[in-house]
Amino acid sequence: MMDERNGAPIIEARGLRKSFGPHEVLKGVDLSIARGEVLAIIGPSGSGKSTLLRCLNLLERPTAGEVWFEGARINDPGVDVNRVRTRMGMVFQLFNLFPHLTVIDNVTLAQEKVLHISRQEAEARAQALLAKVGLAAKEHAYPNSLSGGQKQRVAIARALALRPAVMLFDEPTSALDPEMVQEVLATMDELVQEGMTMAVVTHEMGFARRAAGRIVFVDEGRIVADAPPERFFSAPESERVRQFLEKIPT
Amino acid sequence: MSLLGLDAVEKSFPLLLHGALVTIEVTAMALVLGALAGLLGGLARVSPLMPLRGLAAAYVSVIRGTPFIVQLFFVYYAFPQVGLQVPPMVAAVGCLAVYSGAYQTEIVRGAIESIERGQVEAARSLGLSTAQAMRYVVLPQAFLRMLPPLGNEFVALTKNSALVSLVTVQELLLSAQLIISATFQNFAVYLTIGVMYYVITSVVSTGTQLLERRLKVYV
Ligand SMILES: Nc1ncnc2c1ncn2[C@@H]1O[C@H](COP(=O)(O)OP(=O)(O)O)[C@@H](O)[C@H]1O
Ligand SMILES: [Mg+2]
Repeated sequence: MMDERNGAPIIEARGLRKSFGPHEVLKGVDLSIARGEVLAIIGPSGSGKSTLLRCLNLLERPTAGEVWFEGARINDPGVDVNRVRTRMGMVFQLFNLFPHLTVIDNVTLAQEKVLHISRQEAEARAQALLAKVGLAAKEHAYPNSLSGGQKQRVAIARALALRPAVMLFDEPTSALDPEMVQEVLATMDELVQEGMTMAVVTHEMGFARRAAGRIVFVDEGRIVADAPPERFFSAPESERVRQFLEKIPT
Repeated sequence: MSLLGLDAVEKSFPLLLHGALVTIEVTAMALVLGALAGLLGGLARVSPLMPLRGLAAAYVSVIRGTPFIVQLFFVYYAFPQVGLQVPPMVAAVGCLAVYSGAYQTEIVRGAIESIERGQVEAARSLGLSTAQAMRYVVLPQAFLRMLPPLGNEFVALTKNSALVSLVTVQELLLSAQLIISATFQNFAVYLTIGVMYYVITSVVSTGTQLLERRLKVYV
């Protein structure tokens, strides 16, 4: 038995399946993430990594199986999904900032409309977060005037604004020009230092190696490897992982 | 000058002006109601509720698939036969609004559907409800994309308003016809109201363009 406070899973997927029409994308995934853990999810494109992540905050409804979060089953009709989602921040590959809102309004919107925090308080929190991600000067800019790296840092601030218990990242640096990858990874490293619980779908093996406590490898809708980075890279559990790693510079 | 009948226009100008005001009044009321119908219709078209979607689709299909003039005559001449007298002004504004609303429904739907899926996903991932995501994220962006086609639709509505002269609403066209029947000055009178229509439609389209430019700050 794991220790309740440190080792207890904050998110757990049990027998998770997801089909789109006849196409089964997740074929029974069991995964748990402990409080404070940083999990890297890697695997070939189309293997179901995004779908897995999106099932965790119910952006996709699992076809079968269970998702547990903070001790309760959340893929259950009686659950207030919107409340649950405020506890899980999500960062997307293509940022998905709200282009019609200024940077600060991107960060305050859900604070005000979902958590009903006062404008003043929401702004103060947004300013603090923007300062943290190095974009204090951009609060009144519109997203389209920002670089990709800046956009992604705003997106991280936006997700953090609700004080989530977990952050889900779906290839946060894959759409960025190479010179902007580092600034986003640096922001994520900072979150790791602060003890944030994170699940990160990524192709950045450097980040996975230094930041993740555990790496899972997804292939054709199944988790085929689950190991700490040292073991994952030095002694891959499966032939698929070995083949995958050979093709990627690490 | 009198060959072209410009003096007839001059004398009856107050009547034409009054007609123009009625045209503007009818158009403005139909525009507001039509926009409301378009917004509700557009939201119904993208609703997760099948019956709502079906109802809105049927509305658009029937209204766009029949001539406006038949709709207008149906309300004005056929309704009384089942005991429903509709005053000319009510029939005019109501029919124009319902007609324009069908086209605006498709404009609203198109604009909503043109907003990237990621926008709603980001909003939902932050805990916004479906309705909040629509209200705070999708509609404000969709509104900007609606403006150019809406501008066209408003112009079309203004021009269609001439048809309500056929149910005795004394707007610009009917005023003109009354003057002509007394003066026989077809050339001058039709030319004049042509200019007047053009001024009105120009104001409408310039107005929507200005609004679009003002709202476009973030693009
Ligand atoms: N909304 C959807 N509708 C239909 N198929 C989808 C949808 N989302 C993902 N898929 C399919 O599911 C498979 C896995 O996709 P995804 O989870 O995005 O993979 P990954 O993130 O690992 O690249 C792909 O074949 C993809 O085409
Ligand atoms: Mg993906």
